Amino acid sequence: MWQFFHKLGSPKWFYGIAGRFMPWLLGIGLLLALSGIVWGLGFAPKDYLQGNSYRIIFIHVPTAFLAQSVYLMMAVAGVVTLVWKMKLADVFVKAVAPVGAALTFLALFTGAVWGQPTWGTWWIWDARLTSMLILLFLYLGVMALGSAIADEKSAARAVAVLVLVGVVNIPIIKYSVNWWNTLHQPATFKLTEKPTMPPEMWVPLLLVVVGLYLWFGWIALYRMQTEVLRRERRSRWVQDLMHPGGRSDVSSGGARADGV
Amino acid sequence: MGKQESVVPAGLPILDPVAESPGVLRAMLALLRRDLRLSIRQKQDLLNPLLFFAMVVALFPLGVSPEASFLREAGTGILWVGALLATLLSLDHLFRFDFEDGTLEQMALQPQPLFLLVLAKTLAHWLVTGLPLVLLTPVLGLMLYLDGNSVAVLCLTLLIGTPVLSLIGSVGAALTVGLRAGGVLLSLLIIPLYIPVLIFGTGTVMAAGDGADVSGHLALMAAMLVLALVLAPFAAAAALKISLSAS
Repeated sequence: MWQFFHKLGSPKWFYGIAGRFMPWLLGIGLLLALSGIVWGLGFAPKDYLQGNSYRIIFIHVPTAFLAQSVYLMMAVAGVVTLVWKMKLADVFVKAVAPVGAALTFLALFTGAVWGQPTWGTWWIWDARLTSMLILLFLYLGVMALGSAIADEKSAARAVAVLVLVGVVNIPIIKYSVNWWNTLHQPATFKLTEKPTMPPEMWVPLLLVVVGLYLWFGWIALYRMQTEVLRRERRSRWVQDLMHPGGRSDVSSGGARADGV
Repeated sequence: MGKQESVVPAGLPILDPVAESPGVLRAMLALLRRDLRLSIRQKQDLLNPLLFFAMVVALFPLGVSPEASFLREAGTGILWVGALLATLLSLDHLFRFDFEDGTLEQMALQPQPLFLLVLAKTLAHWLVTGLPLVLLTPVLGLMLYLDGNSVAVLCLTLLIGTPVLSLIGSVGAALTVGLRAGGVLLSLLIIPLYIPVLIFGTGTVMAAGDGADVSGHLALMAAMLVLALVLAPFAAAAALKISLSAS
């Protein structure tokens, strides 16, 4: 266990182990998500109230789920960056922030598409919509700060502080927005909170959610690998990886890195 | 040694390492007094956020509608947003001058914990920007046809809310102090974090307008103030250390 923890500090070890996990994550993730989507879109029963338009739930809910958990994962990685100064943690934050922003945007977009036939409007200032919009702003702020600071190490730590301040704020935003909304308008119906959803609906939904999480694991590792390569571009193992067959730019007399 | 002392700007407690260092409270008070003195000597900087506040508020009757019914409806929101933007505008100065002339580095080297010094600086910032904004609000509120009760509650929410704005803003200011184009970035980082304060602030005034008892709302705002008071100085101090190490 502790050995695993220490090895995580080695970018080369991470590169190798990530490569071993990635095909599985991608394969199983896509399998689950696609089967869930096909099941949900093609075979799940119609909603008695909304007809077929509710089927966008199979895209909307998983993206919204993941968009929120990615921020929480970033916060955990932020703590690790600040406390243990582990390099891979800040690689993770940098790698997944755009993914989180994209997922948040997708959740908002599919929500708008769903809202048009159901509520008759693309956008309402509903509590959930508003807090997701703020989440998107937080992601974009994190990305903006990360790219504004030239020094990589301070950029990582500054971003970690910002992510943590944001995570303290997320519950506050959520409650404030709920509270603000209920003051002004009656509650809108929320399909996701109906406990009476039949299993033919929630099983495919669960499949897509789990599949999307696995897919996220793949894309996080993939982007982290890329970032690790970029950061370690001067090291010998990356040189060897990029120029197999010994045509190394770094003149080296030592043995080649193995097993990558 | 004499050369070194002349670098330190006037008013900052200069410590003789041999002598006992002053207590935390004394250091905070000295820093507070110094920041206030510096602000008062640059009167234009003191006035600018207030002018900005008044001008932003004046844009709404001109740009949307001068009708009393609209202004009465939107007045609290306009004043809150105006105060929020004025605070945001002034935040960039919170650490910048001290950062540029090296005072901030000296502060980080003090034996007193940095977060308490940050707290003193933030308090000074609120005293010279937030408090004047609150004092100006009744005048602008009457110009927007708000009734007396609403204006009173509005001032109360701003009195609790503007220190929260200063505290949250101090984190953003600390994160962006070393950056050349820090101003816009600071706004992008901080505005999402300001949203709860805005919602609770305007919500309280609206509830008061409906004749509801607002003590619960005010207690929630006070809770936010306490939370910000406890957490923000730590985050800002951590961010300042990062900014100092990057430069």
